[in-house]
Formats: sequence, structure tokens, C-alpha cells
Amino acid sequence: MIKRMFIWLALLGLILMFLPFLRDFDFHKELGDLSSQYIQGSIDDIKTQNVVTSVVVTYRGLDTLGEVTVLFLATAGVGFLLRKKNKILKSRVSSELLQTGSQFLFVLIILTGIYIFTHGHLTPGGGFQGGVLITTAFLLLILADVNLKFNHSILLVVESFSGAFYVLIGLLGILLIGINSFLDPTIMPLGSFGKLISAGAIPVIYSLVGLKVGSELTTILDKMGGE
Amino acid sequence: MISIIIMVLGIIMIIAAFLAIHLKNLLSAIISAGVISLLASVIYLLLAAPDVAMTEAAIGSGLTTIIFIFTLKKIRKGDLDD
Repeated sequence: MIKRMFIWLALLGLILMFLPFLRDFDFHKELGDLSSQYIQGSIDDIKTQNVVTSVVVTYRGLDTLGEVTVLFLATAGVGFLLRKKNKILKSRVSSELLQTGSQFLFVLIILTGIYIFTHGHLTPGGGFQGGVLITTAFLLLILADVNLKFNHSILLVVESFSGAFYVLIGLLGILLIGINSFLDPTIMPLGSFGKLISAGAIPVIYSLVGLKVGSELTTILDKMGGE
Repeated sequence: MISIIIMVLGIIMIIAAFLAIHLKNLLSAIISAGVISLLASVIYLLLAAPDVAMTEAAIGSGLTTIIFIFTLKKIRKGDLDD
């Protein structure tokens, strides 16, 4: 009884804490200083059509590097905790439809994923979304055949090289431009606004992020779904 | 018009969240937790944030649901072994 009362009291306290935010909330009719700076900069300085990408990869590039690191640590943790036993499972054979359909759809889903992360600076999406899409293609293969074996050395090589090159591109900014230019995309020629080859190093960085996310999440799925 | 759609979706999300907590069948609870993410991604799309919508649809309703289902399968197998 008293426990329940404390729960309601805590909820009431939370509501009281958040009420001032609700009272002060108003819709912004125009952009603030920082956001208009970002939008102008992404058009003029780095020639990126998708402003979200220019914020994620360039203006908040260090945060993205942190996210990728967190994902890497999560994968390492899952890989350490769930060591796979090497035995062939006698499980239900999946249906003919799933087996044939997965082989047909696999290539298409991989292609869509690659499209999303190579066009991250032009259209919505980017490395994370494309990487997850590639993972779902591998998930389809796992669902069609539970005893599927992935080549772990390829996954490992792709994952570590993309991560290393990501940091390397960031360090190249410091070397070529200046001490404040970690992850600056202007180390490569900027190209013209709205074309596939534009925005400097942003497509390269997003492709590396996509490969890294795809290989890491595939490793997690392989570790979790194999048994 | 859009605000009405968003309100309806929000109400369905709250119902799904309630079901996810209270359903006895764990598989149904996982699915209704996935429904929350799916509707959230629709709301992001309506609010003109396609980048976030893609992430939410792919990770929230796709990958997380699958990983929960895999985990559930493993837990059940562990119960049978004991």
C-alpha cells in the first residue's frame, strides 16, 4: 500500500518537474542562429544537399565516431558473452518460398543498402540506415538456413579496416588543414552541389560507417541466432 | 489534419505500450513493442524527419524485435534443458 503510494508520488513529482517545459513550449516559426548557420554552411562550405548528414558527419562528427565506438564495444561484448558452439542443429527445414525468395531478395536488399549509404549526402539516410539494411539481408539468409556459416575472417577484416580508415580520414584533416580540423570533409575536392561525387570526404566516411555497422550487426545476429 | 493523424497514432502507441507490459504471452508482448517503434517511425515521417524515420523503422521495429525473438527462443531452450 505504502509502496504504491510512493510510486504515485514519484510520478506526480516527475509531472511537476516537466510542467514548466510544457508551459514554455512554443513552435519555432523561424530558424535559430545555430541552425541557420548549419544550413548555410552545409550549402556553401561543404556542398552537402542533405543537411542532416552534414550535421551528423561534419559538425557533430566526433559524436558519430563515439556512436560507432559504442557499437563496436557492444559487438565485442556480445561476441565475448555468447560464444557459439559448433554443432549442426537438426531444426525444422524452412519453407521452399522462404529459401527461394531469400536468394532472390538478398542481392536487392544489399544493393538498396549500398545505395542508401553512398547517397547519404544527397537523400535521407546514411551509414547507419544502410548498414542495418545490409544486416537484414543477412538475417533473411539466417532465417532461410539456420546452419548457415558466415566467413568470420571477412567480417572481421571489413569491420576493422572500415573503423581504422574512418579514424585515419579524421586524422588526415588534422595533418592537411589544421589542428582544429579533425574529420573535416574538405580534405577531398568538394565537387558540385547535388551530384553523387560531391561533399568532399562525406560519402567516403558514410560508406565506411555503413560497412562497419553492417558487419558488426551481422556478427551480433550470427552470434545470437545461430543456436 | 496531420495533427489528428498523429494523435490517433499516439493513442495506438500508448495502447501498444500498455499491451507490451501486460500481455502474458511474451511473443505478443515483443510484437506490440515493435508496433510502438513502427508507429513512431510513421510519426517521424509525418513530421518531415525521414532520416530519423528510417533509423527507427530499421533498428527499432526491425532489428530489435528480431533480437528479442532470438533471445526469447534461447531462454525457452534453456528452460527445457533444466
